[in-house]
Amino acid sequence: MTTAEDFADLRAMSQDEVITHSYLRDVPLASGKTLALITLDNNRDHTRPSTLGPETLVEFAAMLDAQKERAAKGEIAAVAVTGKPFFLAAGADLTQAGDIPSRAVGKQMAQLGHWSLGKLSELGVPSFVFINGLALGGGVEIGLNADYRTIDRNIPGLALPEVFLGIIPGWGGAYLLPNLIGIENALKVVIENPLKNNTMLKGQEAFDLGIADAIFDSVSFLEDSIAWADAVLTGKIKVKRANEPGKVERAVKWDIAIGIATKTLESRIGKIALSPYRALDLLKAAKNTDKKTGFAAEDDALADLISGDQFRASIYAFNLVQKRAKRPAGAPDRKIAKPVTKVGVIGAGLMASQFALLFVRRLKVPVVITDLDQARVDKGVGYIHDEIQKLLDKKRISPDEANRLTALVSGTTNKADFAECDWVIEAVFEELGVKQDVFADVEQYLSDTAVLATNTSSLSVEQIGAKLKHPERLVGFHFFNPVAVMPLIEVVKTRKTDDETLSTAMVTAAALYKNAVNTTDTPGFVVNRILAKVLGEAMHAVDTGTPFETVEESTRPFGLPMTPFELLELVGLQVGAHVLDTHHAAFPDRFFESQNLHRLAELGHIFERDSKGKIKGIDKKARDIVAGGTTPMTAEELRIRIEDGLADEIHRMLDEKVVEAAEDIDLCLILGAGYPFQMGGVTPYLDRVGASERVFHDTFHHPVIKGVA
Amino acid sequence: MAERHEVVFVDGVRTPFGRAGEKGMYWNTRADDLIVKAMVGLLERHPDLPKDRIDDVAIAATTQTGDQGLTLGRSAAILAGLPKSVPGFAIDRMCAGAMTSVTTISGGIAFGAYDLALAGGVEHMGRHPMGSGVDPNPRFLSEKLVNAEALNMGNTAEKIHDRFPQLTKERADHYALRSQQKAAAAYEAGKFQPDLIPVAIQSDAGWGLATRDEALRPDTTLEGLATLKTPFRPHGRVTAGNSSGLNDGATISLLASEAMAKELGLTAKMKLVSFAFAGVEPEIMGIGPVPSTEKALKKAGLTIDQIGLFELNEAFAVQVLSLLDHFGIDDDDPRVNQWGGAIAIGHPLASSGVRLMIQLAAQFKERPDVQYGLTAMCVGLGQGGSVIWENPYFDGKSALSKGAK
Repeated sequence: MTTAEDFADLRAMSQDEVITHSYLRDVPLASGKTLALITLDNNRDHTRPSTLGPETLVEFAAMLDAQKERAAKGEIAAVAVTGKPFFLAAGADLTQAGDIPSRAVGKQMAQLGHWSLGKLSELGVPSFVFINGLALGGGVEIGLNADYRTIDRNIPGLALPEVFLGIIPGWGGAYLLPNLIGIENALKVVIENPLKNNTMLKGQEAFDLGIADAIFDSVSFLEDSIAWADAVLTGKIKVKRANEPGKVERAVKWDIAIGIATKTLESRIGKIALSPYRALDLLKAAKNTDKKTGFAAEDDALADLISGDQFRASIYAFNLVQKRAKRPAGAPDRKIAKPVTKVGVIGAGLMASQFALLFVRRLKVPVVITDLDQARVDKGVGYIHDEIQKLLDKKRISPDEANRLTALVSGTTNKADFAECDWVIEAVFEELGVKQDVFADVEQYLSDTAVLATNTSSLSVEQIGAKLKHPERLVGFHFFNPVAVMPLIEVVKTRKTDDETLSTAMVTAAALYKNAVNTTDTPGFVVNRILAKVLGEAMHAVDTGTPFETVEESTRPFGLPMTPFELLELVGLQVGAHVLDTHHAAFPDRFFESQNLHRLAELGHIFERDSKGKIKGIDKKARDIVAGGTTPMTAEELRIRIEDGLADEIHRMLDEKVVEAAEDIDLCLILGAGYPFQMGGVTPYLDRVGASERVFHDTFHHPVIKGVA
Repeated sequence: MAERHEVVFVDGVRTPFGRAGEKGMYWNTRADDLIVKAMVGLLERHPDLPKDRIDDVAIAATTQTGDQGLTLGRSAAILAGLPKSVPGFAIDRMCAGAMTSVTTISGGIAFGAYDLALAGGVEHMGRHPMGSGVDPNPRFLSEKLVNAEALNMGNTAEKIHDRFPQLTKERADHYALRSQQKAAAAYEAGKFQPDLIPVAIQSDAGWGLATRDEALRPDTTLEGLATLKTPFRPHGRVTAGNSSGLNDGATISLLASEAMAKELGLTAKMKLVSFAFAGVEPEIMGIGPVPSTEKALKKAGLTIDQIGLFELNEAFAVQVLSLLDHFGIDDDDPRVNQWGGAIAIGHPLASSGVRLMIQLAAQFKERPDVQYGLTAMCVGLGQGGSVIWENPYFDGKSALSKGAK
C-alpha cells in the first residue's frame, strides 16, 4: 500500500514549502446529518494563493484518511472541501516544480497527487468540492477527484493551464475531465484554452461545460452549497450530467474529435511543443481505459515532461512574463514620472489613429491629432469615433463612457493646439528628415517639460531629436502591430534622454496596459534586430539556392508560430525588405539584405493561397524570382547557421548593453514576436542546443535552463 | 391626498445570534455581510417576489461606522443583489433600531408612499462595542441634562431596582432562569429554526456554518445565578445572568400594504394595529416601554387585557418586570415571552426589534385564539417603543377578543 513515506525524495526538497493546511469543522445539516467541511488555507493573505506542494498533499491525505474512518463509524454523512476566501487552490507549487532533480522525483510528484486527491473517491461517503474561488491546475483536479462539485458564479477563473506551461494535467485531470464533460469540452479546457493565451473559464462557463453540478451567487455561496449537498444526500436533488459522454460519443465522436484537434494543433503550432500532444494522447486513451490505467499514464507523461527541457524553459518564460515584465529592468523610479494629462498625436493615418484610440481609452485624457490638411484630420478623427462606436455596439463600454471618450478626441491642423499637451507621439512617414522637422515644428508650441515620443522602428531616436531645443525629453516608444493587441513596447533611451522622460514613458506604457522593456538607441532595438537576423538568413539561403521549403524546414525545430516567409508576408514584404536593408546598412558584415525580397515585394506574395487564404504552396513566380542560386544548404546546415547567428548577435547585444540582461531579450521575443514558452524566448534554447558554446564558449544562463535525466 | 393603507408583516428572518468578541462565531464575519445574508435568505423564501417592486430598504445599526456604516440600507441592498433601482437608508434608535425601521417603513406604507419594503437591523457588538466612538456633548453633564450613569445601561437597570424595591434580585434571577428554560424548550421543539438563516463563518479551524444562537445557557440554575458578580455596583442586583449579553446578529422583515400583499399573493403573518415611542428619564431608560405601551394601546383603542401574547425585549430582567408589574401581569404569565427572550437568545442592539416580531408572528400562527400581540422594548437615553399587531389567523373564538374595536 502506498504511504506518505513513498514520497520521501520529493518531500525532502520541499523544506521551504508554504503549506496549505487542511482545516476541519463539522457542519450540522438541516436534515440532521453531519458534513465534514475541510478548508484549504495557507494562512497568507489574498496576495498569496493557496498552492499544493508535497507537504500540503500529505496533510490533505491524512485528513481524508481520518474522515474515512469517521465515515465508517457513521459520524459523518459526507466530506466537502473548499478554500480560503477568493481561492480554492492555484495548483502545484511551480517554484518548486521547476527544481525537480530527476525524472524519478518528477514521477513521485505525479503519484503523490493521485494518491492524495484520489482519496476523495474512496471515503465511503460522498465527497463534494465547493469551488469558491480561483482554481488552477491541481486546484481544479481536487474537484475532479470528488463525487460532486458546486461553483461560485464570480470566481476569478478556473483553468487547467498545464499545457501552456509545458506539462499535462497529471493529478487526474486528463483522465477524469473527458469522462465528466465529454471529449470536445475537455479538449477545449485541456488544450485549446491554455494555448489561447492561457484563457481561463468563468464560473458560468465552467458550469455550462459540466465541470460543476450546481452554481450559486457569491453572496451565500457556501451556505447554498452546503444546503445543496444536503439535498443530494437526502435524495431531494438527483444530479444529472448532460455532458457526460455516452456510448455513442465514445464509439464515434471521441476519436474524430481527437483527430480534428490533432490536425488543428499541427497546423497552428507545429509538432515541436511536446505537452499538447502528450495531453492529446492521454485524452484519447481516456475513452476506454479504467481510472487506474489512466492515472498511471498521467504519471508517466508528467514525469517525462516535468523533467524535460521544455517545461524548464516554460517556467523561466512564465516567470519573465509574470514578474520581470511587471518590474522592468533599468527603469527609473516611478515617482519621477511626469503626469500625462493631454496627449498629442502627430499624424492622422491608420497607425496614428490607433495610437490615439489606445491613449484615449486607457488614459482617458484629451487626445488631439494633427496632420497636413483638414481632410486627413477629419478622416482620422472619424476613424477613432467609429472605433469607439464599435466598442459601444459590442457593449465593451457603456454609452456614458462612449460619450466621454468621443468628446476627448479632437483634431486640428494648427499645431498651436498642442500647447497643453504633455505627451506628444509621432507616427509620421518613416523618414529621418520628416520626423526631425515635425518635432522641431511642434516643439515651439509646447512647454519645456512636455515629453516627445517617436514610434520609429528603424531610425536613430537620437538623430530624430537632432533639431530639438530640448532633446533630453525625447524617447523611443516602439509599438508592435496590431497596436491594440500586442503587449510589448520597446522604450528606447538615447544618450540624452533624461530619467524623468524615461520614467514617464515606462509609466505611460504601463497605463496603456503594455509591458515595457528598456533598450538603448541601437538599430532595430531588440525584436526587429533578432527578426532581421532570422529573416536575413532565410532570404540569404533562398538567394544562394536553398529551396523555400528547405528554409522553412530549417526553423521548424524552434517551434515558432510561423515560418520566416509566413512572417514576411504578415509584416508585409516591402516592410520586411526595408528592415533587412536598414540592418544591413548598420551591420553590413552580419546582416543580409536581399534584392530578391524587393522583387518578391513587387510580386506581392510568396505563397500561393486558396480562396480562404490557406497556403497551398510556394508561388511559382516567387520561385522564378529567386532562381539562380548555386550554393544550397541543407535544413540542418541552415538551422545551425541561424542558431549560431542568433547566439552571436544576442551575445553582442548584451555586450553593447542594448538591454540589461538576456532575460529582457527573451521577454521582448515572447511578448513582441510570439516566441514560444518552450524555447524560453530564445536564449535558453540557444544554450541547450549548444549554439552558445559553439559561438562564445559559454552560455547565457548559469546553470543552463534544461531538463534533467 | 394619499389614502390610508393597512400594513402587514409578510415575513421575517434572522441570522443566528452570536456571542460578541474574539471567541464569538462572527468575529471574522463582517456586520454588513450578516444583514446581507439575512436579506438574501428572506428573498430566497419568496422566489417569485418581484424585487424591482421593493420601494425601500431600511436597515438599523447603533454604531454606524466601518463595516456597519455606509448607509446600510442602500449598501446592503446592492450587496444582496437587489436591482439598483431599489433605494435604501440607515436608521438609528439604538436598541429599537430594527423596530424603528419597521415603524418608519410602516408609516410610509400607511401613507401610500410604499407598497413593499424591507426593514431590519444589524449589530455586530464584537466589531463595534457599545459606545465605541461616541463623543457625548459636555452639556449633558454640565447642565445636568442627564445623569452620568445614564450612559451605562447596567447602571440604569440598577436604578429600576432602586425605584421599585419590590423588584428584587431574586425575582430578576427567577425571571432570567425561566427565559433560559423557555428558550431551551423552544429550541427543542423547533420553534426558532424555521426562521434562522444559516451563515457561513470563518475561523482558525476553517469555514463553518452558524445554525444556532450561540449564547444560550440551558444549564442555568438559580444557585448559579445567585453567585454571579454585580459588575455595576458592589452588592448590586444586576448580573450578567439576569441581563442580555453582548451579541452579533441581524434581522430583516418584509412589509407590505395589504393590497400589495394580496396582489402578489403574499400571506400576511401579522397586521399592524398601532405603534408608539415614548421618552423617560435617561438614567432609568428600562421603564421606557411602559409609557410607549400605554400610548400604543390608547392609539389602538385597546386595553392591556386584550393583548394575548407579549414579546418583550429582555435587555434586563428587572426592566421587563417593571412593565409586568405596572400592568399587573404575573412574572410567570404564560402570555409573556413564551419562547424565552434576549437574556437567553441574545440582544444585538439594533437588530432585536424584528426578532420580537418574528417570534410573535410564529406564535400567532399557533394561536388562533389570540387576536392581539405586543412587541416592546426599552431604548438607551431613556426611550421605549411598542408595536401592537393583530393575528390574521385569529378565529374569533377567544374570550379576550370581546370588546375590541
